[in-house]
Amino acid sequence: MDSIFGVTYNGGVIIAADQTNARSILIYQNNLDKISELSSHSMMGCAGPNADFVNFTQYIQKSLQLYEFSNDGLKLSTKAQANFCRGELAKALRKGPYQVNVLLGGYDAKKDGEVGDGSLYLMDYLGSMQKVNFGVQGYASNFCLSIFDREWKEGLNEAQALEIVDHCIGELAKRFLIAQPNFLIKVVDKDGVRVHKFGSDPEDN
Amino acid sequence: MSILEYNGAAIIAMTGKNCVGIAADTRLGIQAQTVATDFKKVFKVNDKLFVGLAGLATDVQTLDQILRFRQNLYELREERPMTPKVFSNLLSNILYEKRFGPWFVEPVVAGIDEAGKPFLSEMDLIGAPVYTDDFVVSGTCSGNMYGMCETLYKPDMEPDDLFETLSQALLSSVDRDALSGWGGVVHIITADGVKSRVLKGRMD
Repeated sequence: MDSIFGVTYNGGVIIAADQTNARSILIYQNNLDKISELSSHSMMGCAGPNADFVNFTQYIQKSLQLYEFSNDGLKLSTKAQANFCRGELAKALRKGPYQVNVLLGGYDAKKDGEVGDGSLYLMDYLGSMQKVNFGVQGYASNFCLSIFDREWKEGLNEAQALEIVDHCIGELAKRFLIAQPNFLIKVVDKDGVRVHKFGSDPEDN
Repeated sequence: MSILEYNGAAIIAMTGKNCVGIAADTRLGIQAQTVATDFKKVFKVNDKLFVGLAGLATDVQTLDQILRFRQNLYELREERPMTPKVFSNLLSNILYEKRFGPWFVEPVVAGIDEAGKPFLSEMDLIGAPVYTDDFVVSGTCSGNMYGMCETLYKPDMEPDDLFETLSQALLSSVDRDALSGWGGVVHIITADGVKSRVLKGRMD
């Protein structure tokens, strides 16, 4: 029932996820953070059962941090991180699959100090990956992909991209059967990953 | 719902006069929903050899990585590029290795051998090969593609003619299949090099 969407704009990526943690008819929690920060300039939104999401996310996070330690601070590009992630999903598929559908977004600086590029990778639980301009995981895709198809264009700025995200959240609120009152929106740009807005503070325990 | 039809694909390869062509659609779907329209299914092995992988997208991507790895190893050891016949055989073995837990891909191999003669082969998901000298097809609309190829194919086409034939065969086949289409790409391989073109088709 998770709704995760991501969109690229000129100089960064935005990922938004609902904050509901529920199973069957019960809501466990309304302030879950489903977007984990993999490195200083990348993040991963996951849709799926909480156990798989936590296990997979933490494994990828720690593996990437270990890589940095082992390789003298070398940072992996977003593409490399995404390919690593895809490889882990594909390896696990025939052993014990992680039932997580992933949206991995990150910012890569350009060498000559120009504004770098945000990139977004859509992965399903089987391990098929595609670099996309925008992507949606979950039932939300039925509602939001067409909104993105219509409104996204090359060269958006952050404000315009956020507007499209808000439009999608509004559409879900109006037409999606499952009420998802809280959405967490994270942005990654040249300054790193930051929380733009949340419906309910994930730190509030 | 068959696993081979989860993501959708359509691939055709054809021979011409001292050339081969390989064409594929570019849709990535999750059952009925289209997720991307620029998904790569045909991969270059070397300047004279291409492989098209139809089937489950995750296995298409994994096999692409495995094949590139094996091809690189071969070229390092043998100090020469792999010929199409050898590559096709290698792929067949890789697939049969997983006989009781297969890769869900049905590949198509198209290339030109050292003598300049065109080579085509097609396999099922466990590596049973078929070698023909006219055309091979693979994908969710293989029936459509067989019909189109049988009708439009003629032997010894020049590269430009081959391109036209391949394109028309592919586009007409995928237009009657919900799971494939949403764009196409055609590669024509001759002794002088490869010419790749993007097809403009119905985006539905």
